[in-house]
Order: sequence, then C-alpha cells, then structure tokens
Amino acid sequence: MRGLLFLLVLALCTPVVWAPLAAQDTLPPAPYAYEQLEDPALEARAQALMETLRCLKCQSQSIADSDAPMAGDMRSQVRKRIAAGEEPEAIRKWLIERYGDYVSYTPRFTALTWPLFLVPMLIVALAALLLRRRFRRGGEG
Amino acid sequence: MSTQGEGRQKISPMAVWLPLFLFGVFFALVIYGLASPASRDVESAMIGKPLPEFALRPAIADRPGLSSSDLSIGEPRLLNIFASWCIPCAIEAPQLETLNAQGIEVVGIAIRDRPDDVAAFLARNGNPFSRIGADDVSAVQLGIGSSGVPETFVIDGNGIILYQHIGVIRREDLPLIMDKLAEAAR
Repeated sequence: MRGLLFLLVLALCTPVVWAPLAAQDTLPPAPYAYEQLEDPALEARAQALMETLRCLKCQSQSIADSDAPMAGDMRSQVRKRIAAGEEPEAIRKWLIERYGDYVSYTPRFTALTWPLFLVPMLIVALAALLLRRRFRRGGEG
Repeated sequence: MSTQGEGRQKISPMAVWLPLFLFGVFFALVIYGLASPASRDVESAMIGKPLPEFALRPAIADRPGLSSSDLSIGEPRLLNIFASWCIPCAIEAPQLETLNAQGIEVVGIAIRDRPDDVAAFLARNGNPFSRIGADDVSAVQLGIGSSGVPETFVIDGNGIILYQHIGVIRREDLPLIMDKLAEAAR
C-alpha cells in the first residue's frame, strides 16, 4: 500500500520536476508566453492556433501544452501577431515556411499527403462494390 | 449452400495465403519502424532563402550586437546559435575556436541569456565571436527555422542561408563546415 502511494506521489511529481529541468535559462518568460490577450475573442483565436502548432523542443506536445521556454516564445509571438491583426492561417504559413509541415498538426492536402485522404475512400468504394455483388448473388440464390 | 460452395471454388490456393502475407508485411513494417525511430531533428526550411531582417542588441559589453545587414557584406559568415545555459555549447566551443583561428569570422546569437552569464560562459570557454546579438524571445531563432541550441548556419555574402548544422559541431564535422564555407565563398 505504501509502495503504491509512493508510486502515485512520484507520478504526480514528475511533470513538476520536469518543468524546471526544461527551463534552464534564467530569463523571465516572453511577454505573452503565460499571459492571455485582453480581448477574449482574440485570445480564443490565438488559443485555437496554438493548440495546432507543434512544440519543436517537445515534439509530441502543442505549444499551448508545453512549458518549454521555446514554446513560450512561440506563444508570445503568436499572441502578439494575432493582437496586431494577423490571420491565424498566415501565422501558420509563416511557421511552415520556416520549419516545414512538421510544425503544424493540422493535416494538409498536398502532393505528398493526398493518398492519406483518397486511399480510404477508394477502399470503402471497393468494399461497397464487393459487398453489393455478394448480396446480389445471395439474392439470386 | 450451393452458392457458397461456388464462391469457395473460385478462390485459388495462392489467394488463401494472401491475408497472412499482408499481415507479415505489416508486421515487418511495424518492427522496422520500432527499430529505427525517426530523427527528432527539425530541419530548417529556410536553406537557400535570405535571412529575415533583424537587429539584436549586444549580448555582452565588449562585442557589438548583430543585425541582418552585418551578414550580407560580400563575405560568408558562420552564424552560431548558442546560450550560456546550454551544456553542449561548451563542448562545441573548441571547434569554433579552431574555425576562428583559420580566419573564419564567427558571429553568435545568444538565446534567452543574461549579459553576465554570457560573459562568464565566454570567459570559461573562449570567445570566437566578432559579434554577438541577444535574442531574448527567440524571435530570430524562429525567423530562421532553428529549433534549439547549439545550431550553426553558413550564410553567404548576400545573406542567403546555405547550410544548417543541427547540434554540436564535433571535431569530425570541421571539414564539412569548411566545405560549406568554401561553397558559400564561391
């Protein structure tokens, strides 16, 4: 029981231990890294975009989820640009120009990714065709 | 029943093994994917493109800051992205000294760093930089598609990014860096 409790405490502590390890620098975070925009509508737009941008330091997280200093700098930049009236998709495009598609979690239909969208449709169509033939035959028999 | 029998007769003996074969292919792909995980390096998509415009304040007192106009003056430059809090950057320092000793001008950008810390880092590890800009919010770093420290970029005389070296420049990487600089000088 005590062992279990210890494990639970350890599991709970892990993210807390991780944050200071990742933040090795001593500079305070960028202006809008942990501060929301005053206008809730703008903040919502920024938040929606940040949730679909990859943290480059901690690649399975979005910048909205990450405490890495670089993710904080990216959030600050996103919020500032949204506040300045830039469109979220323009900011995404700017980042893709610098880091490639990898930086964005939102799937895009490109020369490379089209099979991901079209192959499932083809498989479903093929399955429908096969099933139809089978049912028709069953009906005849 | 008779229709089902007819259906079965049509399947050739080879086709029976097809699902197992497909499963085998899939299984092999999974094992291959597990055995060779994808690289975690994020390469900059800015290779071949001009540097964005920027002007950074000096990171320490006795070196000037860095702006994009310092990097398009007809000569190639080595741009090193580093930080005093970055442990691998200290490992890289002797290689930067070597390059500097061979007459290559190395300029630096210190990421999220304090002047005192940068000065202490350079006092400890040597200072190969002719200019050091301070990038407190990773703005230039994001602008050139760099995703960590240390990273090193070869910039040609027109301010075009020609090469990105991700991670520490080790001794064995020096010939490659020299090659890229020679390419940039052409």
